[in-house]
Formats: sequence, structure tokens, C-alpha cells
Amino acid sequence: MPVYEININNKPYTVDVETNMPLLWVIRDFVGLTGTKFGCGIAQCGACTVHLEGNPIRSCSFPVAAAAGKKITTIEGISQNVDHAIQKAWIELQVPQCGYCQSGQIMSAVALLKSKPSPTDADIDAAMQGNLCRCGTYQRIRSAIHRAAELIK
Amino acid sequence: MQQTSSNINRRRFIKLTGITGAGLIVGLSVSGKNGIAAIANLSNAGELYELTPYVIIEKSGAITIYNDKPEIGQGTFQSIPSLIAEELEVLLSQVTIKQTGGEKKFGSMQFAGGSMSVRSSYTSLRKVGASAKEMLVRAASQQWNVPLEECYAAEAKVFHRPSGKYLGYGDLAEAAAKLEVSKEPKLKDPKDFKLLGKNVQRPDIPLKSSGKAIFGIDVKVPGMVYASVAYCPVFGAKLLSYDAETSQKVKGVIGVERCERIFGKYKYDVVAVIADNYWAAYQGRKVLTIKWDYKGKENFNSKTFEQSLRDLAKKDGVVAHNQGDFDKTFVAAPTKVEAFYETPIVSHSPIEPMNCVASWYDTNKLEIWVSTQVPGDIIDSFAKAYSIPEENIKVNVLFNGGGFGRRLYNDYIHEAVQLTKKIGKPVKLIWTREDDTQQGPFRPMTFSAMKGALSADGKAIAFQHKVIAPSLDASEKENYDVTKPDANMTEGINEQKYEIANMKNLYVYADSHLPFAAWRAVTSTTLAFAHESFIDEMAVKAKKDPMAFRMEMLTKDSDTKNVLQKLREVSGWDKPLPADWGRGVAQYEFFAGLGGYVIEVSKKGTGIKIEKVFAVIDLGTVVNPDTVKAQVEGAATMALTAAIKSGITFDKGQTVQTNFHNNQLVRINEMPVVEVHILANGGPNIKGVGEPGLPPFAPALCNAIFAATGKRIRRLPFDLNKI
Ligand code: FES
Ligand code: FES
Repeated sequence: MPVYEININNKPYTVDVETNMPLLWVIRDFVGLTGTKFGCGIAQCGACTVHLEGNPIRSCSFPVAAAAGKKITTIEGISQNVDHAIQKAWIELQVPQCGYCQSGQIMSAVALLKSKPSPTDADIDAAMQGNLCRCGTYQRIRSAIHRAAELIK
Repeated sequence: MQQTSSNINRRRFIKLTGITGAGLIVGLSVSGKNGIAAIANLSNAGELYELTPYVIIEKSGAITIYNDKPEIGQGTFQSIPSLIAEELEVLLSQVTIKQTGGEKKFGSMQFAGGSMSVRSSYTSLRKVGASAKEMLVRAASQQWNVPLEECYAAEAKVFHRPSGKYLGYGDLAEAAAKLEVSKEPKLKDPKDFKLLGKNVQRPDIPLKSSGKAIFGIDVKVPGMVYASVAYCPVFGAKLLSYDAETSQKVKGVIGVERCERIFGKYKYDVVAVIADNYWAAYQGRKVLTIKWDYKGKENFNSKTFEQSLRDLAKKDGVVAHNQGDFDKTFVAAPTKVEAFYETPIVSHSPIEPMNCVASWYDTNKLEIWVSTQVPGDIIDSFAKAYSIPEENIKVNVLFNGGGFGRRLYNDYIHEAVQLTKKIGKPVKLIWTREDDTQQGPFRPMTFSAMKGALSADGKAIAFQHKVIAPSLDASEKENYDVTKPDANMTEGINEQKYEIANMKNLYVYADSHLPFAAWRAVTSTTLAFAHESFIDEMAVKAKKDPMAFRMEMLTKDSDTKNVLQKLREVSGWDKPLPADWGRGVAQYEFFAGLGGYVIEVSKKGTGIKIEKVFAVIDLGTVVNPDTVKAQVEGAATMALTAAIKSGITFDKGQTVQTNFHNNQLVRINEMPVVEVHILANGGPNIKGVGEPGLPPFAPALCNAIFAATGKRIRRLPFDLNKI
């Protein structure tokens, strides 16, 4: 099995895994960071969303080989003390229910605010459509993104 | 805050705290009659394992509160400990919350289902907290030698009012533990509540906003191997043989084993590939070659099955409810209405797929780590199924990544247990999304044949709801009796409060080999659609406003009447709408509670836009209003998915849908804002929260669509863009 050097949350890891193994399973089962979730395996639910060089990707459908040498950020890497503006807004508006989709939701929302600091509802629809929530937290996600935009200002 | 007791051997823990005189342990004793809880001081009890220590106060001041209701998103990690914390006079931030795992000492109510959690514990758990507090206050007054009335408790301390001195609970615990338990402690006046009835922040939410919350799928135990299981795509087939050679060659694969998926009365032959990582197990499973005998079941398809239900509608069925004389009144009535309603089979689809870690060790001991709604049932049923003593089973309940009824069932846990037993190593088994979508269990469809009659002045005088559907019970047990009423399948329709003199409800059983399961709000999710849409059809026939028509049938005071009145007020029902808009109303009362909606829609070309959603939920008493609102917002989302997305269909014996691309869920851009109003008059009759927001959504939406377009929708799902 090939050996890959990957950088997750500014820490280097060396993993010895199959070439076609999705980044998701490398992160969860080999690196041991479990905040990134498995939901569908086919880039339909967004539970596995992480950042590759700052851009959101679905790690379930992203082979580890393509991530080698790049900067990956997972939910564990966005803040030290759960104090990113998105996280503060998530807590203030009590967004999560079961919480399983929320790492992915937050990673998509963090990326959205970086590219659009004051997103419109249409921007939110476009950026967040790939993240399913079976518990139905969508209206709170929308409000919390607007709230986080305010907090950042 | 700690979330589970997964690393602590419970017995040893209790013993240790006992030996070191850790202090006060108050709990509900379930050794009483019929498991009915009574307050007991457990601190000096010899037989601790027969008791349920919900509150542990240690000398160090550490306070532990046990939550006996699995957290599946509904907020029990906050609501249940708050019942105790409120009366104990501690802040949630001063407490470690631990999840119980079905241990006998925590009683028979260790499950999340039926919207039961808060209402089944509201008084009993408050008493546990109040009792402990009274003992601590008494201990302080004795120690200070001051009158009891001069002492009070707040934020885990007892204060002496005149002098201002105080002692922490930890310092008082040992002395308090020696005192007699207050069996009928004084409960707080609700006006003094600091937690109950307030929008208290949920302690699980920071964990769930940072990737720190541990779900079943996140558990890792030493020496663990991974499993992925191959199922037959056709239900009811038999496994003939399999060839594992190619699988064995996949790097990381350790072995291939047969096991059984046990669901209700069904036993399915399945083949598991075991590997040293999950991805390898899944790769190995994909290249398995399995020969099945489909036994004719490959001819099963939705079209034929649905037609058989329509044909069955001609049967009389079993009487579920009968009052007055429906048949005679209907025949003689001046105006009759008849309609036939159809709903789909749907999937639960929690975003966390089914998974379980199980470890069989020391010949007859079993430890399980799992997202489950029913830890109590796992202990009971697995002890029987594997012939081991109940006390040899330990269940660690993790945060559930959604339940919705799916995690009331233990089929995937059985698979993991059989595998660990066979190979002697801890096994982590994960279903794929395809397994989850295709293998069920599913919410059954219901079809409804409706008949109604109106008097000359447009009053409802006769009403009949005949349900034609497969049965949940028939999936559960071998000897299902088709001649008996099946309460699950006529759920709620006998409980509607409309005063119609002649009513008859019937059930016709439709035989099926599919595995069916309770889904959030169970059969009410489909029956309410038929029931409340048809009430609307009768109103239209009577040329009456649908709200006024319903009110006319509610002359007596009832919660249903209050809900409709509240809906009328908050939605501005009597104000005119813009052109091309329509509004619809529906309510539904059933075992879980009572809710209702007014929905406003507008015509957009050939489609419909949902403009406004007003929800009212009737609770009597509320523990966390914000959680209640979240639950209704979520229920509305789930109801919209069930109304407008594909649902589950079958062809050639197999489930057509496979994953979220063809079994779609509503996404953020499709979900309107839901405005939730809570009716909570503080009455003793507490209703449920998690489910009542579901059933009335689809009929309110379809009634609104009728008002806007004149088109009556009698079959779900439908396409919002093509009305
Ligand atoms: S698990 Fe990657 S998108 Fe669903
Ligand atoms: S919070 Fe449960 S799936 Fe989104």
C-alpha cells in the first residue's frame, strides 16, 4: 500500500492506505478524527464536508491520493474553543438537533462566509443545498449564518 | 461535560463510591410493585444494583445526573436532567450528565419513543431532585444547629439566610446520606422555576457544533475489526451459496462469515466481510458472489401491490370504532361525499447509517456500543436471544444521529453480536446508505376509503374511514390474527374530537412480505392526510369555510378546539389573501399528542409555492419551549419530504431507490419558515413533543393547494411543480 503525507488541521500525518480509499475513511479510521461523518458515500448528503485548501469538498468521494500534500481542514480545525463565529451563532440559535449532519453544515457555512461575508438567502441556498439535514434544522441554519455574518462585522 | 459512562464499569463505580463514603445517592427504586418508581435513599442500601441512582453527589462536590432517555435529537440530554436539576437547585453547568444503558436499576422506561420522554418523567424525576435537596438542607441546618426554615438551597450550595454562611453540596453529602429520605418532598412552585419552561441552552449543542459529540459510528475499541454485510436485494429470498475467493484477496480482508439479520418475524441470510478497516470490508463485500433463490418474490412490484390494496377496499374489514348507525344514515342522507386516498411507503433515513460495535468476551459476556432508542429492550431481548444473564450485557448508548423510529429496532445489533461471537473480536459493523435505503424496514403505506354524509343544512351527520394497509404487527409476529382490530393501523382516527353522530372506522389487512416499522408519528402520518383532507372535502360540499365547518363540529370544549382557535388567530385566517393564494388547515390528535397547521400557498405557473406555515402544538406543560419549536420545525420538514419526494417503490422484488440521489430529502432551498406557537396552559395532562408536528402537515398543505387551485390531491407523493 502506498504511503501518503497529508496535512490535516496544520498537522502532518503519514498514512499507509489503498490509493482509492476516500479521504473520509482516512480521516476517520486512520487519523482518528471522527467529527467528519459518513452519510451516503456518493457526495449527496454533505455530512463528510471538509476543506481542501479552504474550499469545501465531499471527502467521501475524494480519493486520498488527490489530497496528498494539500492542506485539509476538518471541523476539529476551525477553532480551538468552539468560538468561530459560525459556531457561536450555531450555539446561540441552538441549531443542531441530532447533530450528525452539523459538522458538514458548519464546514459548508464557514466556507460560504469566507467567500461571501454578507450572504443573501440565495447565496445560502446555493452554498448549503448539498448538505442534508433529516432532523430539519434548515431554518435555523439560515438564521445562524446571517447571525454569524453580523458577529464577524 | 461528559456525555456517557462508556468507560466506567457501573458496578465497580457504585461500589467504590459506597466504600469511600462518596455521599448522597438518591434515586427511584424500581424494586416496588410493577416497576413503579418510589423514592429511596440508596446511599446505605446493601443491594445497589436493584436501585436506580439518578443523582450522585460526591464528597468532592461533583454531581452526576443520569439521563435515561437516549438523545436522538429531541433534546432529552437537556430536558430530562433539567427535571432533576431544577428541584435539586443545581445549574446544568455544575452537573455531569450520563446516559443510562438499560441497566435494570434505572427501570423500564429507558427508551426514546412515542413522544414519551418528558411526560413520563415530569413528576417522578422532579421528586428525585427535590428529595435530595431536602436532605441536603436538613443536613446543613443540623450541622449549623439553626432552624430548618432559615436554610435554603441554590446553585449546589445550602445557605443560612440570617448569617449568609453556606456549605457546598459535596461537604453536606455524607451527612445528608445518613438522613431519612423525604418520600413526598415539596415540589417547587412553577413560578420559581429557573430551568423548566425556559429556553435553556442544550448542553449537547457545543459538542455537536465542534465535532466532539460521539455517535455510535465514532466508537473505537481496542482490537476492533470492521464488517460490511451483503444483503439479498430481493426480500424473502433464500441464500443458496456464496463464493468469497475474490473478497479474500482484497487487501485488509480478514474473513467472510454468514450471519442473520433478525427483524421482527423475519430472518434474512446475509454474508459479512470482515477486515482491518471499514473501506476494505466494503470493497470485499462488493466483490462477493452470492447465489440466491428468489422464491418467486422477484415478481413483486409496487404497481401490482398498490392495485391489490385498491381491490381490498371492497372488503368490509374489521370494525375499529362504531357509533350511531353509519350505514343507515349514509344511505338516507341527502348529500354524500366519497373519496379514496393513497400514501407511499417511505424510509426513515437518519443521516447516521445503522451501525454497531459489539464485543463478545469471557465466554458469555457482551458489551455493545450503539446509537439506539431502546437500551432497555436490548438488555431484555439479547439476554434471551443469546441465553446469557442480563447482568452480563452492558450497553453504551451514544448520541443517535437521528432515530425517527428506525432505532427502535435491533436488527443491525444482532448482526454485530453474531459476528463478534463467531470471531472472538470486537466488531464494528456499518450499513451503507444503500443498505439503509433498500433493506428497510419501511413505514407502511395506508390507503383510505372515505365516506361522509351531510344533512340538508350542510352539517356532517355520518363519517366512515376505512383503512387498507399492511400491518406493523404482522411484521413483528408470526401469528397475526386478521380478524382482530389492529389499533396501530387505525391510529388516531377514533380519537378525533369532531362531533359526528354516526361514525364507523374499519381496517382491511393487506398481506405483505416486506419488513415494516414504526416511523416518526407512525400511522398518523398517513391517516391524518386522508382524514383531514376529507373533512375539507365535506366542508367544500357543504359550501362552508373549512375552519368554520370544523368549529361547528366542536361544540364541546376540547384541546382540539383550542388548537384550531389558536391557529385561526395566529394565521389571521379571516383576513383576505392576495389573488392566487390559498390557505388550508388541519389538525390531528393521536397517542403522541396534538398539533395543527395553517399553511398558505400561492400559484406559480404550473406549480405551487409554500408561502407561510403556522403551527400550533398543544402540550399542557412545556419544559423547553425552544426545543419544542425545533421539534415542530423538524417534523414539518420530514412531513414535507414524505409529501413531495419519491418515497420507496419496488420493482422485480427490489427496492427501486438506492441512495439520496433517487430517495431525495427536502433540502434547505425547498423548506419554508415554520412559525411555531405553543399552547401550554400548565395543566396536568402533558402531551408529547417529537411527533405531533408531523401528521397534520400534508393535509393542511393539500387543503391550501385546493383553496388556491381547485385541485384536490388524494395521492402522496405529488410534485409541487406540477399541480
Ligand atoms: S457522506 Fe459524503 S456527501 Fe454524504
Ligand atoms: S441535526 Fe440531525 S440530521 Fe441534521
